[in-house]
Amino acid sequence: MAKRVGIEVSLAISEAVKLANVDVIAAYPITPQTHIVEHLSELVADGHLDAEFIPVESEHSAMSTCCGSSASGARTYTATCSQGQALMLEICYIAPALRLPIVMTVANRSLSGPISIWNDHSDMMMSRDTGWIQTVAENGQEAFDLTLHAFRVAEDPRVLLPTIVNVDGFTLTHVIEPIEILDQKEVDRYLPPYQPQMRLDPTNPVSIGPVGMPEVYTEAKKAQDEAIKGAKQVILEAWQEFGDMFGRYYKPVETYRTDGAETLLVTMGSLSETAMIAVDQMRTDGKNVGLVRLRLFRPFPFEEFLAAVRGVKQIAVMDRALGLNGAGGPLATEVKAALYDEPERPYIWNYVAGLAGRDVTIENFVEMADGVEAAAADGVRQGYTIINVRE
Amino acid sequence: MAKETGIVSWKDLALGCSIVKPGSSAELKTGDWRSQRPVTDYEKCVQCGQCYIFCPDMVFTQNELGFYQPNMFYCKGCGICARECPADAISMVEESE
Repeated sequence: MAKRVGIEVSLAISEAVKLANVDVIAAYPITPQTHIVEHLSELVADGHLDAEFIPVESEHSAMSTCCGSSASGARTYTATCSQGQALMLEICYIAPALRLPIVMTVANRSLSGPISIWNDHSDMMMSRDTGWIQTVAENGQEAFDLTLHAFRVAEDPRVLLPTIVNVDGFTLTHVIEPIEILDQKEVDRYLPPYQPQMRLDPTNPVSIGPVGMPEVYTEAKKAQDEAIKGAKQVILEAWQEFGDMFGRYYKPVETYRTDGAETLLVTMGSLSETAMIAVDQMRTDGKNVGLVRLRLFRPFPFEEFLAAVRGVKQIAVMDRALGLNGAGGPLATEVKAALYDEPERPYIWNYVAGLAGRDVTIENFVEMADGVEAAAADGVRQGYTIINVRE
Repeated sequence: MAKETGIVSWKDLALGCSIVKPGSSAELKTGDWRSQRPVTDYEKCVQCGQCYIFCPDMVFTQNELGFYQPNMFYCKGCGICARECPADAISMVEESE
């Protein structure tokens, strides 16, 4: 039976990885991911988890080791963030191209410089086009659940793609929450043993990762593109089954009080919970404001997103990363692209907020909702605002 | 033909663009990159085997008379054999095929 315990979210993620019965963990510690791999190394050292824990010398080696391990047919896990993910990025492109179902937690953190260890989504955005499936947790329970979901999806023979679970650094990783920890029998029922479709095996030799000449590269990328697009169906099925088994249902795009809303906030991650309180407050004040949260970031859930925002007048998209390209934040750029083909397009204003651990308050969300309505009335175009910046 | 050139549909690629048959590169025709071909004057050839040693694609094999003959399925016409031949027996001629 599942047990509800008060536990630090990082440790709950480690427990999920243990319950997934991984074979290999190769990781390098980096704040704020450290507690996850620290606890996993303890679980292995103390004999609670029968796995190889490989303490590598860098994140580049971590992902390289994970690729080798996964290619040999082992269930493989790692975790990183920020500068560490930047260092492993070269190999992060290789894993999905080779169709290796590695699962990775990213304890989202800003990128230097200035040097910063605090939470935002710069690292998530850095890796957005690497070809990994990416989900986003809003609280500790989701971080636990999505970790198990990640293994289930990644290893599905119809998918075979590596999967990132994004968890806000500190805001989630370092807080203690009441989390329902599933027991081994329940997890085993949800997550079958990994059945590799192709693996390095001396008795049946294959070459994984050869050069792709111009005659083959385009076809290889087309096959990979089809794989990540096709993954969505499996992601949905795996969430449905999770809900049927354990009572917690997840959707690629979650809505909150969007019925009859004229204005929508769009968020990802833990700040969505603050945004919900802001929406409650604004609804009490008679404002028609709702909230849309992306739980699935890659593949981008176009269909579900468009259905969630159809008919509204204006949208305030909150980005927790700055694109540094003159266009504001990356999420708003994607949301605008998603809406371009719609016959009726809502007005969009982009708010860049919560960079490197900067607080985003309920009042800030009210400011965003009021701001997008005012900007829509003024008819200002192509705009974005950085919230809470000192002039 | 697809086998020789690597030209296949994306649907026919192995998972992750892997190569599932060991040694299959031997079937990949790389000789069609060539713009020049080596021609050996066997009157001058001293059967030293330098062309066999230096060829980066192991194109040359020795025949029963001891002479080295190129396999044009792989020869890319790089000219290393002609450059290294101590007897000046190999010349590069424009590819006409």
